[in-house]
Amino acid sequence: MSLIWIAVIVLGAVGLIAAVVLFVASKKFAVEEDPRIAQISEVLPQANCGGCGYPGCSGFAGACVKAADAGSIEGMLCPVGGQPVMEKVASILGMEAAAATPKVAVVRCNGTCENRPRVVEFDGVRSCRVALMTGTGETACAFGCLGCGDCVNACQFGAIKINPQTGMPEVDENLCTACGACAKACPRKIIELRPKGPKGRRMVVKCVNRDKGVVANKVCKASCIGCGKCVKACPFEAITLANNLAYIDPEKCRLCRKCEEACPKGAIHAVNFPPRKPKTEAETPAQENKN
Amino acid sequence: MKTFRIGGVHPAENKLSAACPIKKAALPKQAVFSLYQHIGAPAKPVVAKGDEVKVGTMLADADGFVSAPVFSSVSGKVAKIDAIVDASGYRRPAIFVDVEGDVWEDSIDRSETLVTLKDRPELTAQDIVAKVKAAGVVGMGGATFPCHVKLSPPPGSKAECVVINGVECEPYLTADHRLMLEKPDEILVGVALIMKAVQVSKAYIGIENNKPDAIKLMTEKAAAYPGIEIVPLQVKYPQGGEKQLVQAITGREVPAPPAIPIQVGAVVQNVGTAYAIYEAVMKNKPLLERVITVTGKSVKQPTNFLARIGTPMSQLIEECGGLPEDTGKVIGGGPMMGKALMNLDVPVCKGSSGLLIMNNKEARRGEIQPCIRCAKCVSACPMGLEPYLLATGSALKNWELVEENDITSCIECGSCQFTCPSNRPMLDNIRMGKSTVMAMIRARNAKK
Amino acid sequence: MANKLIVSLSPHVHGHDSVQRNMYGVCLALVPALIASLVFFGVGALIVLATSVLACVFFEWAITKYILRRDKVTIGDGSAILTGILLGFNLPSNLPIWIIIIGALVAIGIGKMTFGGLGCNPFNPALVGRVFLLISFPVQMTTWPVTGQMTTYLDGETAATPLAVMKEAIKANDPSVLEKLPDSLDMLIGQMGGSLGEVSALALLIGLVYMLVRKIITWHIPVSILLTVFVLSGLLHLYNPVYASPVAVLLSGGLMLGACFMATDYVTSPMTAKGQLVYGVAIGVLTVVIRTFGAYPEGMSFAILIMNGFTPLINTYCKPKRFGEVIKK
Repeated sequence: MSLIWIAVIVLGAVGLIAAVVLFVASKKFAVEEDPRIAQISEVLPQANCGGCGYPGCSGFAGACVKAADAGSIEGMLCPVGGQPVMEKVASILGMEAAAATPKVAVVRCNGTCENRPRVVEFDGVRSCRVALMTGTGETACAFGCLGCGDCVNACQFGAIKINPQTGMPEVDENLCTACGACAKACPRKIIELRPKGPKGRRMVVKCVNRDKGVVANKVCKASCIGCGKCVKACPFEAITLANNLAYIDPEKCRLCRKCEEACPKGAIHAVNFPPRKPKTEAETPAQENKN
Repeated sequence: MKTFRIGGVHPAENKLSAACPIKKAALPKQAVFSLYQHIGAPAKPVVAKGDEVKVGTMLADADGFVSAPVFSSVSGKVAKIDAIVDASGYRRPAIFVDVEGDVWEDSIDRSETLVTLKDRPELTAQDIVAKVKAAGVVGMGGATFPCHVKLSPPPGSKAECVVINGVECEPYLTADHRLMLEKPDEILVGVALIMKAVQVSKAYIGIENNKPDAIKLMTEKAAAYPGIEIVPLQVKYPQGGEKQLVQAITGREVPAPPAIPIQVGAVVQNVGTAYAIYEAVMKNKPLLERVITVTGKSVKQPTNFLARIGTPMSQLIEECGGLPEDTGKVIGGGPMMGKALMNLDVPVCKGSSGLLIMNNKEARRGEIQPCIRCAKCVSACPMGLEPYLLATGSALKNWELVEENDITSCIECGSCQFTCPSNRPMLDNIRMGKSTVMAMIRARNAKK
Repeated sequence: MANKLIVSLSPHVHGHDSVQRNMYGVCLALVPALIASLVFFGVGALIVLATSVLACVFFEWAITKYILRRDKVTIGDGSAILTGILLGFNLPSNLPIWIIIIGALVAIGIGKMTFGGLGCNPFNPALVGRVFLLISFPVQMTTWPVTGQMTTYLDGETAATPLAVMKEAIKANDPSVLEKLPDSLDMLIGQMGGSLGEVSALALLIGLVYMLVRKIITWHIPVSILLTVFVLSGLLHLYNPVYASPVAVLLSGGLMLGACFMATDYVTSPMTAKGQLVYGVAIGVLTVVIRTFGAYPEGMSFAILIMNGFTPLINTYCKPKRFGEVIKK
């Protein structure tokens, strides 16, 4: 019996001493932190993706508090949580959140296996940055996607996958949080964050080849050759041409899809539109007959 | 016998073309001159489409101090100024010249007679550096660093000796070896010129002892040149790395980057560069041609060519008996540090020391297995680094860790990957880590 | 040209060294000791070794295939065979088959595969298996048959090993007990009781030389261990003759096997020469301390396992000397 008592007393004493030490330590070494930081951290997604540009969510929370103390939290955006989260953050800080346009990652290259022939075989670590060091990668295109999936590895949300058929990364728009990690990881800066557009619809030039038309045409069937037909076709002056590349300004674009028809290379893509009405399909053979 | 202190590996030498005398390559139909044939700013074109050029006419001038002019190595008409995929794998601006005849500029002395320093006692150090600069001479060993920069030591440093690299530690390549056998006097005069330019009285020419004929010949000839000593070295890769060579010969270790050999008083040049300097100063001949080894186990006739710069590689391969059927990889340079070419229209550049053709089987890397932590990479690293740690750290993007472990000291010699029993692609990852860390350091310095 | 050119970063050649070459190289280096064990223990050694190797290979195959579900089964790389041989070498030749199989399961399953397989294990798998058996089955693991019984397996005649004699001498504080030790030549050849692979120091040394010549391992670990043990036990012997002579200590027990083959295991030993020396010296010190003052007569396996645990720490602090670290002027 006494054995049990000894055990209980010893264990109890050890527990008590440990508790006292812990209590003293927690009081003595406590780090004072603005309580708002903890509150903000709670509403953040806690993915620690770094998409905001700060080291993790608590870093972002600290930056928000600092910005609020300085007067405004404008420009602070958690790309993952988006507007709803920023509104919560703003309410904690007693401010109004600025309106932000929802964005999505856009892969600006359509150099699929079919469009862009592989001229050499790359042997080495499957990393775009390593492939880049060997030269232009497996294709002759000095600007396009290398297809080794650095963006896939960078994505914390599983929103990008390499399509094995095309060898190209594809963004799942439902999962994409526009954190920008893929854009940062891409050594050729092919991925860009773009406004989602009304109902997710937008027009995109899927090519980044800045070479002259002749060269760009040779390396890829779907390259933008900078011919400028889309510029002429656009009724809203939304398209500009620079470095042998067309650029569609999402602010000005009214989604009329005229540029898509005008592009001789099929480099302009209409995203998330419903399938074309049968009318247009009927038109095409008619045109062919005329020719 | 001397060699460098730590690390190193012994790749199979395969010097197939060692007995083959240097052969003049045929003139190409069209020569292509890349404007990026050196480290530093690209050259600026000074000719226009349609201009007539002779052999030795300047096509593009140096743009800044760390840069070098490019000269036409053929006579004919400028066809276009465009871009070509060069040995780096990138499209870069280049000048295309259609070849007509072989007319040389009158200023170039084309005679074979040897001109020594005794014949030209009026040459000063400044004259030599100016002539080297004007002739567009760059490091011929492959690094292509503009030569006049090395010959003008930065303020605060003093050259004490000249170290000449006749090591040719890369397997397969024999260009420097043949040059030493066929132009020993010219090389020695070139070395004497370098000594005069940097105002030192001592020069060492390091030659690995797998070239006994070159060591013998050069030692005999060097007796006539005061201050030049031939140093036979043990065969070990990467002895041709300038830090390793300086350490092997002088015993001094160049500190970690950004230090360069001049900080321990050494000026390092390649034998090919010494020859180019001789021609530039004594013969008034800009850098027009170079010795390049075209080799490989499946090549019919491995050959050392004296090729005009701008000659397409495909033409040299044809002269060696054509591209073998089972070619898997074509490498510009040696097998340890050379660069795999994407196509064969790449022109010969100032830094092209060799062209190695590997068959499909040789060209493929072995199957990657898990790291067994055998530490062979650690003992092979000539810089005293821990390649296994740097490779894993880089793959996991732990940039702080790899920076702390001196990734920037890596000379990318490939000894670690060569020796790895698990075929791990270590250098792929280390290169990625090194470039990232260098960019981080640059960004930090820019902030300051 | 029919096929596309291959593009990769340098180096474009490889030294043709491989995991297999190293693993089978070590196996080959173990052949002299294997022959010695067959000569001394006959059929018992054969049964124990065969069971151990087969069980290790089987467990590795089964675990990669059915538990880890990897596409590639790695038994071809030779590491499981090596673990099997080393485990067998550490067992007495009269151990029942079922105990050996448990040992193999612990060695491969817990010692190696739980950490991810080859290259990831912090502790030497064969030693994990052996120590597990030593603690779980102390009686079976510490009764060693005497040499020369060619046809017996489980029912062989047993006797005290030199290590037990040394321990007895220390306990009795009587140097005359040490006279029971076999003479040095017998101990060198292996004419004594012990685990089946550890008895013949000569055969093990031949293996070590082979590994050094083929550059499978470097000299740092074995030499530092053997030297440390020799010096330390020599000092003890001079201080009090009740401690056995350094030669007897070197030749007895698993010291030679441990120093040449177990401590030099790639995966669990430090990466740099400096680190390997620290590791070797520490193993030597621990071995002598455990042998002299500990409860067990043999301390080699514990010493190695303890230092395996310190290997990551050694790797962090023992860096190779970088090129150009000290500027000679």
